[in-house]
Amino acid sequence: MAQLISLTQTSAGITGASELAKIRVRKVRSAVAVAACGVCALLAAAALLAILGYVVFQGVHALTWSFITQIPRPVGIPGGGVANGIVGSVIIVGIATLLAVPVGLLTGIYLALFGRGFSAEMLRLLSDVLSGIPSIAIGLFAYTLLVAPFGHFSAFSAAVAFAMLMLPLLIRTSEEAVRTVPRVVQEGAYALGLSTYATTIRVILPAARSAIITALLLAIARVTGETAPLLFTAFGSQFWELNPANPMAELSLQIFTYAISPYEELHQQAWAGALLLILAVFVLSLGARLMLRKSFKR
Amino acid sequence: MSTSVAAAGDTVPVPLRNHLEVRALNAYYGARLAVRDITIGFPANNVTALIGPSGAGKSTLLRCLNRVHEMQDGARVEGEVLLDGENIYDPAAHRVVVRRRIGMVFQQPNAFPTMSVLDNVVAGLALSGRLAGGRKGHLEIAERALRDAALWDEVKDKLDRSGTAISGGQQQRLCIARALAVEPEVLLMDEPTSALDPIATVQIEELVTKLAQRYTIVIVTHNMQQAARISHYTAFMLGDEHRVGALVEIGKTDQIFSRPNDKRTEDYITGRFG
Repeated sequence: MAQLISLTQTSAGITGASELAKIRVRKVRSAVAVAACGVCALLAAAALLAILGYVVFQGVHALTWSFITQIPRPVGIPGGGVANGIVGSVIIVGIATLLAVPVGLLTGIYLALFGRGFSAEMLRLLSDVLSGIPSIAIGLFAYTLLVAPFGHFSAFSAAVAFAMLMLPLLIRTSEEAVRTVPRVVQEGAYALGLSTYATTIRVILPAARSAIITALLLAIARVTGETAPLLFTAFGSQFWELNPANPMAELSLQIFTYAISPYEELHQQAWAGALLLILAVFVLSLGARLMLRKSFKR
Repeated sequence: MSTSVAAAGDTVPVPLRNHLEVRALNAYYGARLAVRDITIGFPANNVTALIGPSGAGKSTLLRCLNRVHEMQDGARVEGEVLLDGENIYDPAAHRVVVRRRIGMVFQQPNAFPTMSVLDNVVAGLALSGRLAGGRKGHLEIAERALRDAALWDEVKDKLDRSGTAISGGQQQRLCIARALAVEPEVLLMDEPTSALDPIATVQIEELVTKLAQRYTIVIVTHNMQQAARISHYTAFMLGDEHRVGALVEIGKTDQIFSRPNDKRTEDYITGRFG
Protein backbone atom coordinates (compact mmCIF):
# COMPACT_ATOMS: atom_id res chain seq x y z
CA MET A 1 0.00 0.00 0.00
CA ALA A 2 2.75 2.38 1.00
CA GLN A 3 4.55 1.51 -2.19
CA LEU A 4 1.44 2.12 -4.23
CA ILE A 5 0.96 5.55 -2.71
CA SER A 6 4.60 6.50 -3.17
CA LEU A 7 4.47 5.36 -6.80
CA THR A 8 1.42 7.45 -7.58
CA GLN A 9 2.97 10.36 -5.85
CA THR A 10 6.15 9.90 -7.85
CA SER A 11 4.31 9.70 -11.12
CA ALA A 12 2.34 12.77 -10.15
CA GLY A 13 5.64 14.50 -9.54
CA ILE A 14 4.85 15.43 -5.94
CA THR A 15 7.94 13.80 -4.44
CA GLY A 16 11.37 13.99 -5.97
CA ALA A 17 14.54 11.97 -6.30
CA SER A 18 14.61 10.63 -2.72
CA GLU A 19 11.48 8.48 -3.32
CA LEU A 20 12.96 7.12 -6.54
CA ALA A 21 16.18 6.20 -4.71
CA LYS A 22 14.17 4.32 -2.07
CA ILE A 23 12.41 2.33 -4.77
CA ARG A 24 15.78 1.50 -6.36
CA VAL A 25 17.09 0.17 -3.02
CA ARG A 26 13.97 -1.95 -2.62
CA LYS A 27 14.45 -3.42 -6.08
CA VAL A 28 18.09 -4.34 -5.33
CA ARG A 29 17.06 -5.95 -2.02
CA SER A 30 14.36 -7.93 -3.80
CA ALA A 31 16.83 -9.14 -6.44
CA VAL A 32 19.32 -10.27 -3.78
CA ALA A 33 16.63 -12.14 -1.85
CA VAL A 34 15.37 -13.92 -4.97
CA ALA A 35 18.94 -14.86 -5.95
CA ALA A 36 19.64 -16.25 -2.47
CA CYS A 37 16.51 -18.41 -2.63
CA GLY A 38 17.50 -19.65 -6.07
CA VAL A 39 21.03 -20.59 -4.98
CA CYS A 40 19.75 -22.49 -1.94
CA ALA A 41 17.20 -24.35 -4.07
CA LEU A 42 19.99 -25.28 -6.49
CA LEU A 43 22.16 -26.52 -3.61
CA ALA A 44 19.37 -28.73 -2.30
CA ALA A 45 18.67 -30.13 -5.77
CA ALA A 46 22.40 -30.61 -6.40
CA ALA A 47 22.85 -32.66 -3.21
CA LEU A 48 19.93 -34.86 -4.17
CA LEU A 49 21.12 -35.28 -7.74
CA ALA A 50 24.69 -36.04 -6.58
CA ILE A 51 23.49 -38.86 -4.30
CA LEU A 52 21.17 -40.20 -6.98
CA GLY A 53 23.84 -39.99 -9.66
CA TYR A 54 26.47 -41.68 -7.53
CA VAL A 55 24.14 -44.54 -6.60
CA VAL A 56 23.19 -45.04 -10.24
CA PHE A 57 26.85 -44.91 -11.30
CA GLN A 58 27.91 -47.45 -8.68
CA GLY A 59 24.92 -49.73 -8.81
CA VAL A 60 23.66 -49.86 -12.34
CA HIS A 61 26.07 -52.47 -13.71
CA ALA A 62 25.36 -54.90 -10.85
CA LEU A 63 21.63 -54.41 -11.25
CA THR A 64 21.03 -57.43 -13.49
CA TRP A 65 18.16 -59.81 -14.01
CA SER A 66 19.84 -62.50 -11.94
CA PHE A 67 20.40 -59.95 -9.16
CA ILE A 68 16.64 -59.49 -8.92
CA THR A 69 15.66 -63.14 -9.40
CA GLN A 70 18.28 -65.17 -7.47
CA ILE A 71 18.96 -65.59 -3.80
CA PRO A 72 22.41 -64.91 -2.27
CA ARG A 73 25.23 -67.40 -2.91
CA PRO A 74 27.88 -68.29 -0.35
CA VAL A 75 30.77 -65.84 -0.23
CA GLY A 76 33.34 -66.63 -2.91
CA ILE A 77 30.88 -68.02 -5.41
CA PRO A 78 30.13 -65.27 -7.93
CA GLY A 79 26.59 -64.20 -8.87
CA GLY A 80 23.51 -64.48 -6.76
CA GLY A 81 21.02 -61.79 -5.93
CA VAL A 82 18.60 -60.36 -3.46
CA ALA A 83 15.34 -61.94 -4.59
CA ASN A 84 14.66 -63.23 -1.08
CA GLY A 85 15.26 -59.72 0.29
CA ILE A 86 12.83 -58.16 -2.17
CA VAL A 87 10.17 -60.70 -1.28
CA GLY A 88 10.98 -60.24 2.41
CA SER A 89 10.57 -56.48 2.11
CA VAL A 90 7.20 -56.92 0.45
CA ILE A 91 6.04 -59.39 3.14
CA ILE A 92 7.26 -57.29 6.09
CA VAL A 93 5.97 -53.98 4.72
CA GLY A 94 2.74 -55.71 3.69
CA ILE A 95 2.08 -57.09 7.18
CA ALA A 96 3.04 -53.72 8.71
CA THR A 97 0.56 -51.99 6.39
CA LEU A 98 -2.20 -54.44 7.33
CA LEU A 99 -1.49 -53.79 11.01
CA ALA A 100 -1.10 -50.01 10.85
CA VAL A 101 -3.72 -48.93 8.31
CA PRO A 102 -6.93 -49.78 10.19
CA VAL A 103 -5.70 -48.19 13.41
CA GLY A 104 -4.07 -45.18 11.74
CA LEU A 105 -6.92 -44.48 9.33
CA LEU A 106 -9.68 -44.78 11.91
CA THR A 107 -7.72 -42.62 14.36
CA GLY A 108 -7.25 -40.00 11.65
CA ILE A 109 -10.97 -40.05 10.84
CA TYR A 110 -11.76 -39.74 14.54
CA LEU A 111 -9.46 -36.74 14.93
CA ALA A 112 -10.75 -35.02 11.80
CA LEU A 113 -14.48 -35.49 12.39
CA PHE A 114 -15.24 -36.34 15.99
CA GLY A 115 -12.19 -35.77 18.19
CA ARG A 116 -12.75 -32.78 20.46
CA GLY A 117 -11.02 -31.18 23.38
CA PHE A 118 -8.57 -32.81 25.74
CA SER A 119 -8.67 -36.40 24.50
CA ALA A 120 -8.10 -35.38 20.86
CA GLU A 121 -5.24 -33.06 21.79
CA MET A 122 -3.61 -35.81 23.87
CA LEU A 123 -3.94 -38.21 20.96
CA ARG A 124 -2.28 -35.73 18.60
CA LEU A 125 0.50 -35.11 21.13
CA LEU A 126 1.13 -38.84 21.62
CA SER A 127 1.17 -39.38 17.88
CA ASP A 128 3.72 -36.60 17.47
CA VAL A 129 5.87 -38.07 20.24
CA LEU A 130 5.67 -41.49 18.61
CA SER A 131 6.80 -40.04 15.29
CA GLY A 132 9.82 -38.52 17.08
CA ILE A 133 11.05 -41.77 18.62
CA PRO A 134 14.17 -43.05 16.82
CA SER A 135 13.41 -46.10 14.72
CA ILE A 136 16.12 -48.10 16.46
CA ALA A 137 14.34 -47.57 19.78
CA ILE A 138 11.14 -48.85 18.24
CA GLY A 139 13.12 -51.85 16.98
CA LEU A 140 14.32 -52.51 20.52
CA PHE A 141 10.75 -52.29 21.75
CA ALA A 142 9.64 -54.87 19.19
CA TYR A 143 12.62 -57.04 20.20
CA THR A 144 11.61 -56.94 23.86
CA LEU A 145 7.98 -57.56 23.02
CA LEU A 146 8.17 -60.22 20.29
CA VAL A 147 11.72 -61.58 19.92
CA ALA A 148 13.07 -62.10 23.43
CA PRO A 149 9.99 -63.92 24.80
CA PHE A 150 9.96 -66.37 21.86
CA GLY A 151 13.67 -66.91 21.74
CA HIS A 152 14.12 -66.25 18.01
CA PHE A 153 14.03 -63.44 15.46
CA SER A 154 11.00 -63.10 13.20
CA ALA A 155 9.69 -61.12 10.26
CA PHE A 156 6.52 -60.51 12.22
CA SER A 157 8.37 -58.62 14.94
CA ALA A 158 9.90 -56.44 12.19
CA ALA A 159 6.43 -55.81 10.77
CA VAL A 160 5.21 -54.71 14.20
CA ALA A 161 8.14 -52.27 14.47
CA PHE A 162 7.37 -50.93 10.99
CA ALA A 163 3.68 -50.60 11.84
CA MET A 164 4.60 -48.44 14.83
CA LEU A 165 6.71 -46.24 12.56
CA MET A 166 3.85 -45.91 10.09
CA LEU A 167 1.19 -45.23 12.67
CA PRO A 168 1.87 -41.56 13.54
CA LEU A 169 2.38 -40.71 9.89
CA LEU A 170 -0.89 -42.40 8.91
CA ILE A 171 -2.78 -40.71 11.73
CA ARG A 172 -1.72 -37.19 10.82
CA THR A 173 -1.90 -37.57 7.04
CA SER A 174 -5.29 -39.29 7.07
CA GLU A 175 -6.59 -36.60 9.44
CA GLU A 176 -5.43 -34.00 6.93
CA ALA A 177 -6.91 -36.03 4.06
CA VAL A 178 -10.34 -36.13 5.67
CA ARG A 179 -10.11 -32.41 6.43
CA THR A 180 -9.68 -31.67 2.71
CA VAL A 181 -13.36 -32.54 2.27
CA PRO A 182 -15.25 -29.23 2.55
CA ARG A 183 -17.45 -28.85 5.60
CA VAL A 184 -20.42 -27.88 3.42
CA VAL A 185 -20.29 -31.35 1.87
CA GLN A 186 -20.55 -32.93 5.31
CA GLU A 187 -23.38 -30.58 6.31
CA GLY A 188 -25.12 -31.27 3.01
CA ALA A 189 -25.16 -34.97 3.85
CA TYR A 190 -26.48 -34.34 7.36
CA ALA A 191 -29.15 -32.01 5.98
CA LEU A 192 -30.43 -34.86 3.77
CA GLY A 193 -31.16 -36.85 6.89
CA LEU A 194 -28.20 -39.17 6.52
CA SER A 195 -26.81 -40.78 9.64
CA THR A 196 -23.31 -40.00 10.85
CA TYR A 197 -22.25 -43.44 9.66
CA ALA A 198 -23.60 -42.98 6.11
CA THR A 199 -22.19 -39.46 5.95
CA THR A 200 -18.73 -40.63 6.98
CA ILE A 201 -18.52 -43.89 5.03
CA ARG A 202 -20.51 -43.04 1.90
CA VAL A 203 -19.87 -39.32 1.43
CA ILE A 204 -16.75 -38.07 3.24
CA LEU A 205 -14.41 -41.04 2.80
CA PRO A 206 -15.05 -41.39 -0.96
CA ALA A 207 -14.40 -37.66 -1.36
CA ALA A 208 -11.12 -38.01 0.57
CA ARG A 209 -10.15 -41.26 -1.18
CA SER A 210 -7.26 -39.97 -3.29
CA ALA A 211 -5.72 -38.05 -0.41
CA ILE A 212 -6.03 -41.11 1.84
CA ILE A 213 -4.33 -43.37 -0.71
CA THR A 214 -1.59 -40.75 -0.99
CA ALA A 215 -1.15 -40.82 2.77
CA LEU A 216 -0.92 -44.60 2.64
CA LEU A 217 1.68 -44.64 -0.15
CA LEU A 218 3.83 -42.05 1.65
CA ALA A 219 3.72 -44.10 4.86
CA ILE A 220 4.78 -47.21 2.93
CA ALA A 221 7.59 -45.30 1.23
CA ARG A 222 8.70 -44.03 4.62
CA VAL A 223 9.25 -47.50 6.12
CA THR A 224 10.55 -49.16 2.96
CA GLY A 225 13.92 -47.51 3.48
CA GLU A 226 14.13 -48.27 7.21
CA THR A 227 16.96 -50.54 8.33
CA ALA A 228 17.69 -49.98 12.00
CA PRO A 229 14.66 -51.75 13.51
CA LEU A 230 15.35 -54.81 11.34
CA LEU A 231 18.75 -55.53 12.86
CA PHE A 232 17.29 -57.28 15.87
CA THR A 233 13.84 -58.19 14.59
CA ALA A 234 13.86 -59.64 11.05
CA PHE A 235 17.60 -60.28 11.42
CA GLY A 236 18.07 -61.38 7.81
CA SER A 237 18.42 -64.72 6.06
CA GLN A 238 20.45 -66.28 3.28
CA PHE A 239 17.55 -68.45 2.15
CA TRP A 240 14.05 -68.30 0.78
CA GLU A 241 11.89 -67.66 3.78
CA LEU A 242 8.20 -66.99 3.48
CA ASN A 243 7.06 -67.74 7.03
CA PRO A 244 6.75 -64.50 9.03
CA ALA A 245 7.42 -66.42 12.25
CA ASN A 246 11.02 -66.98 11.13
CA PRO A 247 13.96 -64.66 10.50
CA MET A 248 13.64 -63.19 7.03
CA ALA A 249 15.82 -61.39 4.50
CA GLU A 250 14.96 -57.76 3.75
CA LEU A 251 16.42 -55.56 1.05
CA SER A 252 17.67 -52.63 3.10
CA LEU A 253 19.07 -55.03 5.67
CA GLN A 254 20.95 -56.86 2.91
CA ILE A 255 22.37 -53.56 1.71
CA PHE A 256 23.64 -52.88 5.21
CA THR A 257 25.21 -56.31 5.67
CA TYR A 258 26.81 -56.29 2.22
CA ALA A 259 28.14 -52.77 2.63
CA ILE A 260 30.01 -53.57 5.85
CA SER A 261 31.36 -56.88 4.48
CA PRO A 262 34.98 -57.02 3.23
CA TYR A 263 34.10 -58.34 -0.25
CA GLU A 264 34.11 -56.11 -3.31
CA GLU A 265 31.43 -58.13 -5.10
CA LEU A 266 29.07 -57.69 -2.17
CA HIS A 267 29.80 -53.95 -2.19
CA GLN A 268 28.66 -53.89 -5.80
CA GLN A 269 25.49 -55.72 -4.85
CA ALA A 270 24.88 -53.28 -1.98
CA TRP A 271 24.98 -50.39 -4.46
CA ALA A 272 22.63 -52.21 -6.81
CA GLY A 273 20.30 -52.92 -3.90
CA ALA A 274 20.37 -49.26 -2.88
CA LEU A 275 19.47 -48.28 -6.42
CA LEU A 276 16.58 -50.75 -6.41
CA LEU A 277 15.32 -49.36 -3.10
CA ILE A 278 15.51 -45.76 -4.33
CA LEU A 279 13.61 -46.74 -7.47
CA ALA A 280 10.90 -48.40 -5.38
CA VAL A 281 10.51 -45.37 -3.10
CA PHE A 282 10.56 -43.10 -6.16
CA VAL A 283 7.74 -45.05 -7.77
CA LEU A 284 5.71 -44.92 -4.54
CA SER A 285 6.25 -41.17 -4.14
CA LEU A 286 5.42 -40.55 -7.78
CA GLY A 287 2.23 -42.57 -7.37
CA ALA A 288 1.36 -40.51 -4.29
CA ARG A 289 1.94 -37.29 -6.25
CA LEU A 290 -0.27 -38.42 -9.10
CA MET A 291 -3.06 -39.43 -6.74
CA LEU A 292 -2.86 -36.08 -4.98
CA ARG A 293 -2.97 -34.15 -8.23
CA LYS A 294 -6.06 -36.13 -9.21
CA SER A 295 -7.75 -35.33 -5.92
CA PHE A 296 -7.21 -31.59 -6.29
CA LYS A 297 -8.35 -31.39 -9.89
CA ARG A 298 -12.03 -31.17 -9.04
CA MET B 1 -43.16 -10.41 -10.22
CA SER B 2 -43.23 -9.14 -6.67
CA THR B 3 -46.67 -7.66 -7.11
CA SER B 4 -48.18 -10.83 -8.51
CA VAL B 5 -46.82 -12.95 -5.69
CA ALA B 6 -47.88 -10.45 -3.05
CA ALA B 7 -51.29 -10.15 -4.69
CA ALA B 8 -51.75 -13.90 -4.53
CA GLY B 9 -51.03 -13.70 -0.83
CA ASP B 10 -53.52 -10.86 -0.43
CA THR B 11 -56.47 -12.01 -2.45
CA VAL B 12 -56.53 -15.71 -1.60
CA PRO B 13 -57.27 -15.85 2.11
CA VAL B 14 -54.70 -18.42 3.22
CA PRO B 15 -55.74 -20.16 6.39
CA LEU B 16 -52.62 -19.28 8.35
CA ARG B 17 -51.21 -22.42 9.81
CA ASN B 18 -47.72 -22.06 11.19
CA HIS B 19 -45.97 -25.10 9.77
CA LEU B 20 -42.87 -24.30 11.76
CA GLU B 21 -42.93 -22.35 14.99
CA VAL B 22 -39.97 -21.11 16.97
CA ARG B 23 -40.40 -20.34 20.67
CA ALA B 24 -37.90 -18.47 22.84
CA LEU B 25 -34.91 -19.80 20.95
CA ASN B 26 -31.35 -18.95 21.96
CA ALA B 27 -28.42 -20.29 19.94
CA TYR B 28 -24.83 -20.37 21.12
CA TYR B 29 -21.41 -20.93 19.60
CA GLY B 30 -19.53 -22.10 22.67
CA ALA B 31 -20.05 -19.41 25.31
CA ARG B 32 -21.07 -16.80 22.72
CA LEU B 33 -24.76 -16.11 22.31
CA ALA B 34 -25.49 -15.72 18.59
CA VAL B 35 -29.26 -15.22 18.50
CA ARG B 36 -31.44 -14.25 21.45
CA ASP B 37 -34.99 -15.10 22.36
CA ILE B 38 -36.43 -15.68 18.90
CA THR B 39 -40.15 -16.33 18.68
CA ILE B 40 -41.46 -16.55 15.15
CA GLY B 41 -43.84 -18.60 13.03
CA PHE B 42 -43.43 -19.73 9.44
CA PRO B 43 -46.79 -20.09 7.66
CA ALA B 44 -47.39 -23.27 5.66
CA ASN B 45 -46.99 -23.09 1.86
CA ASN B 46 -45.54 -19.60 2.00
CA VAL B 47 -42.09 -18.23 1.41
CA THR B 48 -40.71 -16.40 4.42
CA ALA B 49 -37.58 -14.34 3.87
CA LEU B 50 -35.12 -13.63 6.67
CA ILE B 51 -33.37 -10.34 5.94
CA GLY B 52 -30.95 -8.18 7.88
CA PRO B 53 -27.33 -7.08 7.92
CA SER B 54 -24.38 -9.42 8.45
CA GLY B 55 -24.17 -10.68 12.02
CA ALA B 56 -27.93 -10.49 12.54
CA GLY B 57 -28.08 -14.25 13.11
CA LYS B 58 -30.18 -15.09 10.04
CA SER B 59 -28.16 -18.14 9.03
CA THR B 60 -27.78 -19.26 12.64
CA LEU B 61 -31.55 -19.17 13.13
CA LEU B 62 -32.07 -21.05 9.86
CA ARG B 63 -29.54 -23.71 10.86
CA CYS B 64 -31.41 -24.20 14.15
CA LEU B 65 -34.58 -25.07 12.25
CA ASN B 66 -33.31 -28.48 11.10
CA ARG B 67 -30.72 -29.13 13.80
CA VAL B 68 -27.69 -28.52 11.60
CA HIS B 69 -26.46 -25.75 13.93
CA GLU B 70 -25.61 -28.25 16.66
CA MET B 71 -23.19 -30.14 14.38
CA GLN B 72 -20.56 -27.46 14.93
CA ASP B 73 -18.12 -27.69 17.82
CA GLY B 74 -19.61 -26.30 21.01
CA ALA B 75 -22.78 -25.09 19.30
CA ARG B 76 -26.02 -25.51 21.23
CA VAL B 77 -29.63 -24.44 21.18
CA GLU B 78 -32.16 -23.51 23.87
CA GLY B 79 -35.89 -23.16 23.32
CA GLU B 80 -38.33 -24.95 21.08
CA VAL B 81 -38.89 -25.40 17.37
CA LEU B 82 -42.29 -26.91 16.66
CA LEU B 83 -42.90 -28.76 13.42
CA ASP B 84 -46.68 -29.19 13.19
CA GLY B 85 -46.74 -28.79 16.94
CA GLU B 86 -44.00 -31.32 17.67
CA ASN B 87 -40.79 -30.02 19.23
CA ILE B 88 -37.84 -31.07 17.07
CA TYR B 89 -35.56 -30.57 20.09
CA ASP B 90 -37.56 -32.97 22.23
CA PRO B 91 -35.22 -35.61 23.67
CA ALA B 92 -37.37 -38.23 21.98
CA ALA B 93 -37.03 -36.55 18.57
CA HIS B 94 -34.25 -37.85 16.35
CA ARG B 95 -32.30 -35.28 14.38
CA VAL B 96 -31.90 -37.62 11.38
CA VAL B 97 -35.70 -37.94 11.14
CA VAL B 98 -36.14 -34.18 11.70
CA ARG B 99 -33.79 -33.42 8.79
CA ARG B 100 -35.70 -35.73 6.47
CA ARG B 101 -38.80 -33.60 7.08
CA ILE B 102 -36.94 -30.28 6.93
CA GLY B 103 -34.57 -30.09 3.96
CA MET B 104 -31.86 -27.52 3.43
CA VAL B 105 -30.06 -25.82 0.54
CA PHE B 106 -26.78 -24.08 1.30
CA GLN B 107 -25.05 -20.92 0.15
CA GLN B 108 -22.35 -22.82 -1.74
CA PRO B 109 -23.62 -25.55 -4.06
CA ASN B 110 -22.43 -28.69 -2.28
CA ALA B 111 -23.04 -31.54 -4.69
CA PHE B 112 -21.17 -34.65 -3.55
CA PRO B 113 -17.97 -34.58 -5.65
CA THR B 114 -17.48 -38.32 -6.06
CA MET B 115 -21.05 -39.04 -7.14
CA SER B 116 -22.78 -38.74 -10.50
CA VAL B 117 -25.68 -36.34 -11.05
CA LEU B 118 -28.06 -39.29 -10.68
CA ASP B 119 -26.45 -40.58 -7.49
CA ASN B 120 -26.48 -37.08 -6.02
CA VAL B 121 -30.23 -36.74 -6.50
CA VAL B 122 -31.06 -40.07 -4.87
CA ALA B 123 -28.30 -39.87 -2.22
CA GLY B 124 -30.66 -38.98 0.64
CA LEU B 125 -32.76 -42.08 0.01
CA ALA B 126 -30.14 -44.49 -1.29
CA LEU B 127 -27.54 -43.89 1.43
CA SER B 128 -30.07 -44.40 4.19
CA GLY B 129 -31.25 -47.67 2.69
CA ARG B 130 -34.70 -46.38 1.75
CA LEU B 131 -34.42 -46.94 -1.97
CA ALA B 132 -34.85 -50.25 -3.75
CA GLY B 133 -35.41 -51.06 -7.41
CA GLY B 134 -31.95 -50.62 -8.89
CA ARG B 135 -31.16 -48.09 -11.57
CA LYS B 136 -34.71 -47.97 -12.93
CA GLY B 137 -36.14 -47.03 -9.55
CA HIS B 138 -33.40 -44.47 -9.05
CA LEU B 139 -34.15 -42.93 -12.45
CA GLU B 140 -37.86 -42.57 -11.66
CA ILE B 141 -37.20 -40.75 -8.38
CA ALA B 142 -34.42 -38.67 -9.92
CA GLU B 143 -36.52 -37.59 -12.90
CA ARG B 144 -39.35 -36.42 -10.66
CA ALA B 145 -37.01 -34.49 -8.36
CA LEU B 146 -35.03 -33.00 -11.24
CA ARG B 147 -38.24 -31.90 -12.99
CA ASP B 148 -39.41 -30.29 -9.76
CA ALA B 149 -36.09 -28.48 -9.57
CA ALA B 150 -36.42 -27.32 -13.22
CA LEU B 151 -33.20 -29.08 -14.11
CA TRP B 152 -34.32 -32.26 -15.89
CA ASP B 153 -34.09 -30.95 -19.45
CA GLU B 154 -30.58 -29.65 -18.90
CA VAL B 155 -29.09 -32.76 -17.31
CA LYS B 156 -31.14 -35.67 -18.64
CA ASP B 157 -28.23 -36.60 -20.94
CA LYS B 158 -25.60 -35.98 -18.27
CA LEU B 159 -26.94 -38.15 -15.47
CA ASP B 160 -23.75 -40.18 -15.25
CA ARG B 161 -21.43 -37.18 -15.21
CA SER B 162 -19.91 -36.04 -11.93
CA GLY B 163 -22.23 -33.89 -9.84
CA THR B 164 -19.59 -31.17 -9.85
CA ALA B 165 -19.07 -31.24 -13.65
CA ILE B 166 -22.15 -29.10 -14.35
CA SER B 167 -22.42 -25.31 -13.99
CA GLY B 168 -22.74 -23.60 -10.60
CA GLY B 169 -26.39 -22.70 -11.18
CA GLN B 170 -27.12 -26.26 -12.27
CA GLN B 171 -25.29 -27.59 -9.21
CA GLN B 172 -27.45 -25.45 -6.95
CA ARG B 173 -30.63 -26.76 -8.61
CA LEU B 174 -29.14 -30.26 -8.28
CA CYS B 175 -28.84 -29.60 -4.55
CA ILE B 176 -32.48 -28.47 -4.50
CA ALA B 177 -33.50 -31.63 -6.40
CA ARG B 178 -31.48 -33.68 -3.93
CA ALA B 179 -33.32 -32.06 -1.03
CA LEU B 180 -36.73 -32.55 -2.73
CA ALA B 181 -36.07 -36.24 -3.44
CA VAL B 182 -36.22 -36.93 0.31
CA GLU B 183 -39.79 -35.49 0.20
CA PRO B 184 -39.46 -32.95 2.98
CA GLU B 185 -42.29 -30.68 4.14
CA VAL B 186 -40.17 -27.62 4.78
CA LEU B 187 -37.28 -26.31 2.68
CA LEU B 188 -34.66 -24.06 4.26
CA MET B 189 -32.48 -22.01 1.90
CA ASP B 190 -29.38 -20.18 3.13
CA GLU B 191 -28.59 -17.45 0.59
CA PRO B 192 -28.99 -19.97 -2.23
CA THR B 193 -28.16 -17.51 -5.00
CA SER B 194 -25.30 -15.51 -3.50
CA ALA B 195 -22.69 -17.63 -5.30
CA LEU B 196 -24.55 -17.56 -8.63
CA ASP B 197 -24.71 -15.30 -11.68
CA PRO B 198 -27.84 -13.21 -12.43
CA ILE B 199 -29.34 -15.69 -14.90
CA ALA B 200 -28.95 -18.63 -12.53
CA THR B 201 -30.35 -16.41 -9.78
CA VAL B 202 -33.53 -15.71 -11.73
CA GLN B 203 -33.95 -19.45 -12.39
CA ILE B 204 -33.67 -20.25 -8.68
CA GLU B 205 -36.05 -17.44 -7.75
CA GLU B 206 -38.70 -18.68 -10.18
CA LEU B 207 -38.22 -22.15 -8.80
CA VAL B 208 -38.72 -20.96 -5.22
CA THR B 209 -41.98 -19.27 -6.17
CA LYS B 210 -43.19 -22.47 -7.83
CA LEU B 211 -42.10 -24.73 -4.97
CA ALA B 212 -44.00 -22.63 -2.41
CA GLN B 213 -47.22 -24.23 -3.66
CA ARG B 214 -46.10 -27.52 -2.15
CA TYR B 215 -43.54 -26.66 0.47
CA THR B 216 -43.09 -24.25 3.32
CA ILE B 217 -39.97 -22.27 2.48
CA VAL B 218 -37.71 -20.20 4.69
CA ILE B 219 -35.02 -18.32 2.80
CA VAL B 220 -32.15 -16.23 4.11
CA THR B 221 -31.08 -13.49 1.76
CA HIS B 222 -28.81 -10.48 1.82
CA ASN B 223 -30.63 -9.15 -1.17
CA MET B 224 -33.69 -7.08 -0.24
CA GLN B 225 -34.97 -6.98 -3.81
CA GLN B 226 -34.87 -10.75 -3.82
CA ALA B 227 -36.88 -10.88 -0.59
CA ALA B 228 -39.42 -8.48 -2.12
CA ARG B 229 -39.63 -10.52 -5.32
CA ILE B 230 -40.10 -14.00 -3.98
CA SER B 231 -41.38 -13.95 -0.40
CA HIS B 232 -44.87 -13.70 1.06
CA TYR B 233 -43.61 -12.86 4.52
CA THR B 234 -40.47 -11.05 5.56
CA ALA B 235 -38.74 -11.13 8.92
CA PHE B 236 -36.17 -8.47 9.73
CA MET B 237 -33.34 -9.41 12.08
CA LEU B 238 -30.68 -7.23 13.59
CA GLY B 239 -27.57 -7.76 15.71
CA ASP B 240 -26.87 -5.63 18.77
CA GLU B 241 -23.50 -4.16 19.73
CA HIS B 242 -22.37 -7.59 21.00
CA ARG B 243 -23.36 -9.18 17.67
CA VAL B 244 -26.24 -11.00 19.29
CA GLY B 245 -28.97 -11.32 16.69
CA ALA B 246 -32.65 -10.77 17.45
CA LEU B 247 -35.91 -10.55 15.55
CA VAL B 248 -37.13 -6.99 15.01
CA GLU B 249 -40.40 -7.74 13.25
CA ILE B 250 -42.16 -10.04 10.83
CA GLY B 251 -45.02 -9.19 8.52
CA LYS B 252 -46.37 -9.57 5.04
CA THR B 253 -43.64 -8.70 2.61
CA ASP B 254 -45.45 -5.76 0.99
CA GLN B 255 -46.24 -4.33 4.42
CA ILE B 256 -42.64 -4.69 5.66
CA PHE B 257 -41.34 -3.00 2.54
CA SER B 258 -43.94 -0.21 2.46
CA ARG B 259 -45.02 0.51 6.05
CA PRO B 260 -42.76 -1.29 8.54
CA ASN B 261 -43.74 -0.99 12.19
CA ASP B 262 -40.22 -0.52 13.49
CA LYS B 263 -38.01 2.48 12.73
CA ARG B 264 -34.95 0.20 12.44
CA THR B 265 -36.63 -1.85 9.72
CA GLU B 266 -37.44 1.31 7.82
CA ASP B 267 -33.87 2.56 8.16
CA TYR B 268 -32.49 -0.74 6.87
CA ILE B 269 -34.88 -1.01 3.96
CA THR B 270 -34.32 2.57 2.86
CA GLY B 271 -30.57 2.05 3.06
CA ARG B 272 -30.04 4.52 5.90
CA PHE B 273 -28.46 1.87 8.00
CA GLY B 274 -25.03 1.71 9.64
